Amino acid sequence: MSEHFLDVRDLKIHFPTDDGLVRSVDGLSFKLERGRTLGIVGESGSGKSVTSLGILGLHKGGRARISGEIWLDGEELVSASPEHVRRLRGKKMSMIFQDPLSAMHPYFTVGAQIIEAYRIHNKVTKKVARKHAVDLLGRVGIPQPERRVDSYPHEFSGGMRQRAMIAMALSCDPELLIADEPTTALDVTVQAQILDLMRDLQRDFNAALIIITHDLGVVAELSDDILVMYGGKAIEYGSAEDIFERPEHPYTWGLLGSMPRLDREPTERLLPIKGSPPSLINVPAGCAFHPRCAFEGRTGGKANTEVPDLVETEGGHLVRCHLPREERRAIWATEIKPNLESA
Amino acid sequence: MVTYIIRRLIGALLMLAVVSMVTFSIFFVVPRLAGVTATDFANRYVGRAATQETVVAVANKLGLNDPVVVQYARWIKGIFVGAEYDYGAGVEHCPAPCFGYSFVTKNPVWPDLVDRMPVTLSLAAGASIIWLLAGVAVGVLSALKRGSIFDRTAMVIALSGVSLPPFFTGLIALSLFSYGLRITAPGGAYTPLTENPAEWAYSLILPWLTLAFLNAAAYARLTRAGMLETMGEDYIRTARAKGLRESTVITKHGLRAALTPIVTIFGLDVGILLGGAILTENVFSLPGLGKYATQAISTQDLPKIMGFTMLAAFFIVMANLIVDLLYAVVDPRVRLT
Ligand SMILES: Nc1ncnc2c1ncn2[C@@H]1O[C@H](COP(=O)(O)OP(=O)(O)O)[C@@H](O)[C@H]1O
Ligand code: SF4
Ligand SMILES: [Mg+2]
Repeated sequence: MSEHFLDVRDLKIHFPTDDGLVRSVDGLSFKLERGRTLGIVGESGSGKSVTSLGILGLHKGGRARISGEIWLDGEELVSASPEHVRRLRGKKMSMIFQDPLSAMHPYFTVGAQIIEAYRIHNKVTKKVARKHAVDLLGRVGIPQPERRVDSYPHEFSGGMRQRAMIAMALSCDPELLIADEPTTALDVTVQAQILDLMRDLQRDFNAALIIITHDLGVVAELSDDILVMYGGKAIEYGSAEDIFERPEHPYTWGLLGSMPRLDREPTERLLPIKGSPPSLINVPAGCAFHPRCAFEGRTGGKANTEVPDLVETEGGHLVRCHLPREERRAIWATEIKPNLESA
Repeated sequence: MVTYIIRRLIGALLMLAVVSMVTFSIFFVVPRLAGVTATDFANRYVGRAATQETVVAVANKLGLNDPVVVQYARWIKGIFVGAEYDYGAGVEHCPAPCFGYSFVTKNPVWPDLVDRMPVTLSLAAGASIIWLLAGVAVGVLSALKRGSIFDRTAMVIALSGVSLPPFFTGLIALSLFSYGLRITAPGGAYTPLTENPAEWAYSLILPWLTLAFLNAAAYARLTRAGMLETMGEDYIRTARAKGLRESTVITKHGLRAALTPIVTIFGLDVGILLGGAILTENVFSLPGLGKYATQAISTQDLPKIMGFTMLAAFFIVMANLIVDLLYAVVDPRVRLT
């Protein structure tokens, strides 16, 4: 049992492939309450989407090997039957995808797709469902919803499509909403509007919200807690304040440095993370981040032999790094923070 | 939409006009360039026994000495309003659509074509329904159970179906089921639907299956490839995320998208088939358009060949038109402008 609304414990999702075992998610744990927002941040390929699909039970029946526990409102989902989890999908928990154009069926109208989602879990007539769809479209800020309900996805702009996608995800009043890179496919100005919309809606619906992104900037204002993922594992986990004010992991520093900011040229990166994300088949020995880490040499040779544990540094703030706590704090205060601020 | 249809209709007519010119050139102009004279043509109508004067007279009466354009215009006019022919035994009226008279039987071509159409229609309709249902069903199951024994077996059979010609499979089927086991009708048996529906189906079941096997194989492979692609699409993941049952995800969301190209190809295949399933009709000695065409070719009966060619072209052009319109119905992203 778990007293938390969502409690993910030591979740592992591995895919056997011809090239070897892909450890997409490798021992992930986090918690989330109703009305709160968790941001999951990491570069592309760090296992964010696999995690979210795993919570929805969408790897069930496939070739994935799943272990660990996912407690949702007192129910464990990893061991639950696929049919049981299917009934929760779309109703108890729902999802917003990255690219609304490819995520919506091109042959059905936007209205038909919302109506379908609603009627899976609510035994109502088409007429009632249609009324509901129009209401939802209006609520997510689509003008003339009575007319637009009969449009096809390709007749919408990118931002409007994502609004429609949000309307679809909200159609059954989900208690857990997962948004996987909801703004990545959108223009910068539209991104801000969609984020505003999500914030308003979350307040109205009082849902637990997970926002997944590769861009810390996206979750900066929305999140209560932030989980930073690297190579299928959490490397830093804490409140938004912990992550932005007192980050202790070199990778998080890199993410902060590469955060696009309005007062900076988008191409200009203060502290770019050199190298590329690790292979999830042959994860680097020791600290998975060590081939890219500027402080690797300061850990006394442990970086490439011993996997660091995720340990609490202070008040629920967790960090996975061999550097002693004091040294991390000193590096942040003297080497990293001043650089970020002077940029 | 309406302007689109009108434009496409005009296009279809132009296409048929081009086909008619090419057909006419191949069968009337090219032989003339190769040295075949007007009297040689007239000879085919009056027969070897006639005197030279009769032949020359007939050639003149049939207008075979007129300029090519005039002859072409006369042929086309015959198709639309009918024509008068004089083979030396008095003037005969050939009502529209007139494709002329057979060299061999001296019968007008069109009524013969009309006679044979029900056979070809029956063959095409039955076979296409069987292959569409069987091909799509096998393709979907194969895609969903990719790599399973079912999938492997089905795809090996499908590969052989695609590569074995119907005269081979047809003959094997005939010798096995009709002459060996005696459970199906022998070759050459055909009962019209209007006479006896049960007999009709019995006489056609083997040709249907032979023709269907060939195409079902291609459709199974197409459907399998289409389903594999579609089931990996983001919108399928969305459909699952909504909480839809997997069966609904597959049929409503997956198949709906995977079927679009299949509908297109199906329309074209049926159009081609309506012009006569030449091999299958010959193997089973079915008196359809395909058999008619082979007979016409083997006796060098030009008017028949041309009539058949135009009819087949008509079916194919019409099928194209219908498919294009249908495409816009199944895929809302297609704009008809
Ligand atoms: N079905 C699958 N089979 C094998 N590997 C997969 C599968 N799904 C995802 N992966 C791998 O898992 C890793 C993490 O992917 P993903 O969660 O999509 O990353 P992201 O953080 O960008 O969302 C990637 O290396 C990807 O190739
Ligand atoms: S353990 Fe070493 S290599 Fe890994 S992040 Fe910390 S300092 Fe860098
Ligand atoms: Mg992703």
